[in-house]
Amino acid sequence: MKITSDSPPVLSVLDRPNSYIGRSVPRPNLHRLTQGRGQYISDITLPRMTHVAFLRSPHAHARIVSIGTVAAKKAPGVFAVVTGAELAKVMTPWVGVLTHLKGLKSAPQHPMAVDRACWQGEAVCAVVAKTRAQAEDACELIDIKYEELPATVDPEVALDAKTSVIHPELGDNLCFERSLDVGDVDKAFAASDEVVETTFMFGRHTGVTNEPRAVVADWNEGEQRMTVYQGTQAPHMMQNLFAKHLDLQESQVRVLTKDVGGSFGIKVHTYGDEMATVALSKMLKRPVKFVADRIESFVTDIHARDHRIKAKIGVTKDGTITAFEIDDLTGIGPYSVYPRTSGIEANQVVNLTGGPYTCMNYRAQTRVVFQNKGVMCQYRAVGHPIAVAVTEGLVELAAAKIGMDPLELRRRNLFPDDGYPAQTATGLKLEALSHHEALAHLDGMMNYAGLRTEQADLRKKGIYRGIGFASFIEVTNPSAAFYGVGGAKITSQDGATVKLDAQGAIVVHTGVTEQGQGAESVIAQCVASSFGVSMDKVRVVTGDTDNTPYGGGTWASRAAGIGGEAAWQAGKALRDNVLAVAAAMLQAKPETLDIRSGIVVDKASGTERLPLDELARVAYFRPDTLPPGFQAELMATRHYVPRGWPFAFTNGIQASYLEVDTDTGFVKLLKHWCVEDCGTIINPQLVDEQIRGGVVQGIGAALFEQCLYDERGQMLNGNMADYLVPMAVEMPDIECAHCVSPTADSELGAKGAGEAGTAGAPACVMNAINDALRPLGAAPLTDMPFTPGKILKALGKV
Amino acid sequence: MSELSMDITLTVNGEQVTERVEARKTLVDFVRDDLGLTGSHVGCEHGVCGACTMRVDGEIVRGCLMLAVQCDGAKVETIEGLSDSNELADLQSAFERRNALQCGFCTPGMLTAAQDILLQAKAKGAVPSRDEIREHISGNYCRCTGYHAIVDAVESVAIARAGAKS
Amino acid sequence: MKPAPFAYKKVRSLDEAVALLGENPDARLLAGGQSLIATLNMRLSAPTLLIDINGISGLDGIAHKGGAVEVGALARHVQAERSDTVAKHAPLIARAMPFIAHPAIRNRGTLGGSIAFADPAAELPACLLALDGEVDATGPKGKRTIKADDYFKGLYETDLGPQDVLTAFRVPAATKDTRTGFAELTRRHGDYAIVGLAASARADGKKLADVRLAYFGVGNTPLRVKQSEAAMADGDIDAAVAALDLDPHDDVQETGAVKKHLAGVLLRRVAAQLMEAR
Repeated sequence: MKITSDSPPVLSVLDRPNSYIGRSVPRPNLHRLTQGRGQYISDITLPRMTHVAFLRSPHAHARIVSIGTVAAKKAPGVFAVVTGAELAKVMTPWVGVLTHLKGLKSAPQHPMAVDRACWQGEAVCAVVAKTRAQAEDACELIDIKYEELPATVDPEVALDAKTSVIHPELGDNLCFERSLDVGDVDKAFAASDEVVETTFMFGRHTGVTNEPRAVVADWNEGEQRMTVYQGTQAPHMMQNLFAKHLDLQESQVRVLTKDVGGSFGIKVHTYGDEMATVALSKMLKRPVKFVADRIESFVTDIHARDHRIKAKIGVTKDGTITAFEIDDLTGIGPYSVYPRTSGIEANQVVNLTGGPYTCMNYRAQTRVVFQNKGVMCQYRAVGHPIAVAVTEGLVELAAAKIGMDPLELRRRNLFPDDGYPAQTATGLKLEALSHHEALAHLDGMMNYAGLRTEQADLRKKGIYRGIGFASFIEVTNPSAAFYGVGGAKITSQDGATVKLDAQGAIVVHTGVTEQGQGAESVIAQCVASSFGVSMDKVRVVTGDTDNTPYGGGTWASRAAGIGGEAAWQAGKALRDNVLAVAAAMLQAKPETLDIRSGIVVDKASGTERLPLDELARVAYFRPDTLPPGFQAELMATRHYVPRGWPFAFTNGIQASYLEVDTDTGFVKLLKHWCVEDCGTIINPQLVDEQIRGGVVQGIGAALFEQCLYDERGQMLNGNMADYLVPMAVEMPDIECAHCVSPTADSELGAKGAGEAGTAGAPACVMNAINDALRPLGAAPLTDMPFTPGKILKALGKV
Repeated sequence: MSELSMDITLTVNGEQVTERVEARKTLVDFVRDDLGLTGSHVGCEHGVCGACTMRVDGEIVRGCLMLAVQCDGAKVETIEGLSDSNELADLQSAFERRNALQCGFCTPGMLTAAQDILLQAKAKGAVPSRDEIREHISGNYCRCTGYHAIVDAVESVAIARAGAKS
Repeated sequence: MKPAPFAYKKVRSLDEAVALLGENPDARLLAGGQSLIATLNMRLSAPTLLIDINGISGLDGIAHKGGAVEVGALARHVQAERSDTVAKHAPLIARAMPFIAHPAIRNRGTLGGSIAFADPAAELPACLLALDGEVDATGPKGKRTIKADDYFKGLYETDLGPQDVLTAFRVPAATKDTRTGFAELTRRHGDYAIVGLAASARADGKKLADVRLAYFGVGNTPLRVKQSEAAMADGDIDAAVAALDLDPHDDVQETGAVKKHLAGVLLRRVAAQLMEAR
């Protein structure tokens, strides 16, 4: 059996008796999911609930000439047919810009197109009916006349004078640009023994969450309150946005997330159809439900990672990397997505390229341009997969050029493990990483030398296997540096409230959210450990703006490091409060007492003094027996925000071992490894599973996934048969291991781990393919996804 | 036009059910909307993702590719029924301990498909290999786990059931 | 999406089905439904009437008789997958079955439905062509039999008329000299083929005779490559590959040039299978 066993607690500062820190306990609350008794937004029904279907633009760019709704309004079951212009009277538009991305510009975006549809799939008209089927029937009766406009679909010419400008008031199709020039790149290249120059292409792809986006909006006219059930990663952020654009107070809006069928960043953004659904509920004064079907998901969910990067690396014969240079062009949609902006991904590419290495000569330029295609924004690992693929791709090309082993070239250039704190060429502050320890661990774990021997033996038989690596750094636990400084109402702090109930059990309310990664378990483990009860006595409340502290939710791998720390501190604070009550009851000094497994004990001897249920009984029902002047406080709230470091950087290294069928161009993934350092690990199994899931998403990007568009801006493969997501047969087993470099910015020392798998996997699969084909003289492949056709072309077979 | 809707009678999780349904209503929408059994999920409506996998007359099917009206007189089992009968108890337990589910959306369909191969293997007196397990769940999309943990969990149950006395 | 409204009628006889098709030009037959209901869900088609033929008895048999294997149109894929008759007497079909979609689809999809729908990237139509099989249909003018070489007309278009019901198909039963080969390339197990090849032949001493090579995924229908068949019979695999008379279109998965190259690769692999004794 491969069921992971518990591991012992790791760190002394957390050396609480019966601590859950570092233990692979199963997540509580899984019974409801394995029984099919979860409650996803798509499962919710409310009294008098209606369903909305959207009629969407079939054109990438078109003026809306007229919308005829008379026939649709008479269709069976229809309550309302609403156009973009009508909705605009109820809901204000938004602009996806942040001040700290200097020069970032975008045009106002309405929930439904008003004069013009700017991408194929943009919602133009809404039908609200008794059933979704009836709403769709009525959509077919709507008569829309469009005047097609030229579609801007090639980023390379988006800024040319003769290319039509999508938003003339902006002047051009440039959303954002940034350049950086550090050290002396030209001098460094001139002094190099070898310079490798190539162009990387990354195919636009998307999240394909198993549960599509869904929202149920319920405006209560009597309460003047809007309740929104939405599988969002950031309920407080959405609370602010719904209020803002409907001219309500935040206190009039409640957002509940319930169970979320996968998110990965897809559900942290603002979508026109979801906002429209909320506005429609206010207009109609009854609940409205929207569930995106798969076909509309493909053309409306945010896409990501559509980049072309010209890149260059310099290296000396003895294996010193002298300089990195990149010129990035990325084509987003017609709007910068709100409120996190579509400039962040490119900004991260600039910030993170070269990240693991000591090389201080770096020049980068990025331009983000508008297109008439699906909107693009943050998706798991934001920018990292691209920066890592460019960096690690260049590193292995350089290694091959100078005839050096790719791990050896890394050894000579990775930041030394004892060299922290340090700063990357791009100014990123690094607290403590473990690149070398991780590399050594990987080397042994995968039996690198053995695999090279096997590879050589098989090459003699005409079997081409490849080994590829990717070292990386990863942004986690973001401070306000990510969004807050730019003016976004996206909080980087988080909070936890813990309460001792009347039976001596614990309830914890947390501002981080659960999408399946195990945030509920992590929070419970932290509180159970710092307070002193077994986990079965801890219930977690999450995903409800009415009933949790103001928090940021889940994104940029923050739930464990930030949410966990707040929970840890809240547990400690409640313990202090409870021990004050115990001390009063026992006439002892609180510092001589502790709480262990739900019982107040003598700290030194462990002697049991008072069970918590008895303490609760007295505090709640017999406060008359407590000393005069003493007030029991059986609830505590603590917040936490990282202050010492703008981000808690983590590090890792991954390897891919694969075989290329040189007749067919098909790639068979044999095995994958990841050594990851995310600081203190609260639940090792959950971290490993985040890595595995993330790796497979990265493999999807490397081999399978791409949103394909034609020259008219029409998405060609927007269904599950033609858009290829990874399925079970093609995926390898993935072995995980860890180094531990805790952050000193929190007591737990936990960093984030949710995105590392996705950050590194595309790079090492690419490197492995090129390693496999190198002896055949194939031109290195740098255009993801690596389809059989591309591999055959590189081999000269087509 | 009475043929656009009709009355159907069928057994769902052991209970006899009579409802009037539109001919165009799929089986999965029927169990979800009309019967409130929301454990079967809708992920694509074109038969590819497997989130709607359920059992009709003892065989696993795609709930989105059958019409409710086709199930007149049929025996339908959804995850709720398979769970409450304890048929899946060891598999559910293995999934939970091994964290072979994260968001849980694919899980009902995945458990149903996994049980299918486990029953077939047991009937042959064999333990399926990891590759065979992967092949049998190849029509069930999971975006969260990357499949490794799921294969571990199914494999562990296959081994345990093979060791158990029949 | 949800389907557009339609009426539904479950019929108990072929005559009823044929009559309803005659009265309702907008009607579609519902057998396995694994392709049809997906298209209805996406509103790619909107028939006004579905005629459910699953209740017609006697159409789901798999029998070995008269030197042939006869498969009733309503036999489910899973039946063929588990059938000893198919394994023994129609080995090419047995080879193809595990490639068809996934278990839940195979439990409902029918072999007759696959052949009637004639998806150019599907396995069974190519097997029918490779085996020189024939199709039985019943229509307003009665029964007829259509040979495989005459059956496939165009994209999703067969010799079946709008009022025909495919009732069975037949392939010659394998003998000890029968040789079969099957190979398919998909990005993921169970997908429609990028390129696939179903082949049958007769061992003639050390050579092959009656070579029939049917590609799928390379055109609007499954396609035979007669010049390559001749070269294979001569024992010249390189000539067979060179003679491949295929001009596949580009699609969302691969270009026509790649498909053509892959067709050549599959030919070599299938050739090796054909040379193996049963």
